[in-house]
Amino acid sequence: MVELSVLQQKFGTELVESSFRDNRRVDVPAAKLFDLLSSLKSDHGFDMLIDLTAVDYLEYEGATDRFGVLYMLLNVTSGERLIVRTAVNMPDPKLPTVYSLWRSCDWLEREVFDMFGIVFEGHPDLRRILMPEEFTSFPLRKDYPLKGRGERHNFPVITRAGS
Amino acid sequence: MIETEGWHRTAQVEFPIVFVAWLLLMPLTPVDNLEAESAEREYVWTLNFGPQHPATHTTLRLVLTLDGERVLNAVPYIGYLHSGFEKLGEHLDFNQYVTIVDRMNYLSPLANEIAWHHAVEKLLNIELTPRCKYLRTILAELMRMHDHLLNLGTTALDLGGFTAFLYFFQQREHIYDIVEMASGQRFHTSYTRVGGVLFDVNTDWVNRVRKFIKEFPKVYDDVDRLLTKNRIFVDRTKGIGYLSPEDAINLGACGPVARASGIQRDLRRDEPYLAYEDLDFDVVCSKGGDCYSRYLVRMRELLESLKIIEQAIENIPSGPVNIAVDSDMVLPAKPSVYRSIEGLIQHFEVIMPNKGYEVPREQVYAATESPNGELGFFIVGNAETRAYRARTRPPSYLHFSMFPHLIKNHQLSDVVAVLGSINIIAAELDR
Repeated sequence: MVELSVLQQKFGTELVESSFRDNRRVDVPAAKLFDLLSSLKSDHGFDMLIDLTAVDYLEYEGATDRFGVLYMLLNVTSGERLIVRTAVNMPDPKLPTVYSLWRSCDWLEREVFDMFGIVFEGHPDLRRILMPEEFTSFPLRKDYPLKGRGERHNFPVITRAGS
Repeated sequence: MIETEGWHRTAQVEFPIVFVAWLLLMPLTPVDNLEAESAEREYVWTLNFGPQHPATHTTLRLVLTLDGERVLNAVPYIGYLHSGFEKLGEHLDFNQYVTIVDRMNYLSPLANEIAWHHAVEKLLNIELTPRCKYLRTILAELMRMHDHLLNLGTTALDLGGFTAFLYFFQQREHIYDIVEMASGQRFHTSYTRVGGVLFDVNTDWVNRVRKFIKEFPKVYDDVDRLLTKNRIFVDRTKGIGYLSPEDAINLGACGPVARASGIQRDLRRDEPYLAYEDLDFDVVCSKGGDCYSRYLVRMRELLESLKIIEQAIENIPSGPVNIAVDSDMVLPAKPSVYRSIEGLIQHFEVIMPNKGYEVPREQVYAATESPNGELGFFIVGNAETRAYRARTRPPSYLHFSMFPHLIKNHQLSDVVAVLGSINIIAAELDR
């Protein structure tokens, strides 16, 4: 099991550990995220990125940051899990990509970009993945309404005569 | 761990004339330097595969760059079935969202429901009753069989074997009947609830499952004889879509796809949930890493699932299927809602949006071993009976993202073999 004190020695005391049920989590400032993740991969054997996702804390009571981004890591050999959390803020939410560490982040980062508008710098092909290319909003943000903003009604209608 | 390597030794006994002719006609291109070579070629052409194509089964699209019949590159385009499930999850309560979760991997709807409520119950710290644990285990394993049966059947169908598909589909029909008897629905069952299930099962249901356990091995043997040593099937799948163990880990493969590449990982064994701790089963692995290994792993998993169901159905504990009503989290039984004022009040308290029970302001990730691999849900609680964020970790999504890697430098006709072997469910892919 990776000890927090070992990580704190390397990355400073800004690292905060917490746990809930069987989830173990480490909070890290965005500036140190990539170094921490690459150290976790190379030194502590977290060789699999299970999931990468984000949360919009806009309406969350007591939240200080706008977005939380989570990296769920797994050590395949020992079965140990660790969630690394970081925070990014408007108006320019961006993080470094982890494509050089885990290639599984390819589509996961694209989805977070598509849904939350968080830019992963250095990603080889950061395009929208689930929404159409011409879509302008980020649907999983809390300020985007459930029923949308009428994009579907404004789709151009292709008629047989016009095509 | 069971090794499936070596089953196929007797497969290629003799070479047919057609195969030899094909070998002679095959252009003798060196495998290295393909990319540099292909960039110079002017006759590289593009083929659009899907979004509507019988072999994609659902709506997904591939843009293939081909040199003759060899696939140089494949670019998947997804999102055709995107319907904002995760957004809906933020607006429906923990019981309502189960109807949406159903529709993700529609080959094994109950497995999704079990995964969703597994995560919810971890957030709320609910310990299920022993009967419910066993019941959910049986249903989860039936769903694994349900999923594998269709996947194996359609893989054979895409490669030209119609009979196996029909044999297996008939067995799926029996599973539909079993599920219908338990929940009243054949397909999108919405059967699980926070802290339990919708209805308890009775002895007739148990007998029905017993009958299925008894009849299934015969059909299994038939299909096994039809496919496992079938030379056409082996030729079409062996060595196709190779995934090395290192790539499997790096690309995030899980479930049968990872196990076929030699990754010994199964959440049922590694992080036991429900009743898996009490039951005896093997984790099926193979070292092949190709489409054929994935087929073998899935076939053996059918038998392992049957073994689990067999043990669980004979040891299903008696007692209540839901947790105690006074926990304020579970819906009371329908007769008590209709016939007593306490039941009615309790029902109201759980259902009404301004009432409800206490939800911790915390976040939790919980995963189960779904037929396709690790199906996880990440839930952020915000003191409401609905999730603040309901993230799904869909196995299909990660498996499809490795498709360009798997298909590279194979033939066009191998596209369907690889697609079938990683079992892409577009509804889960796009959510």
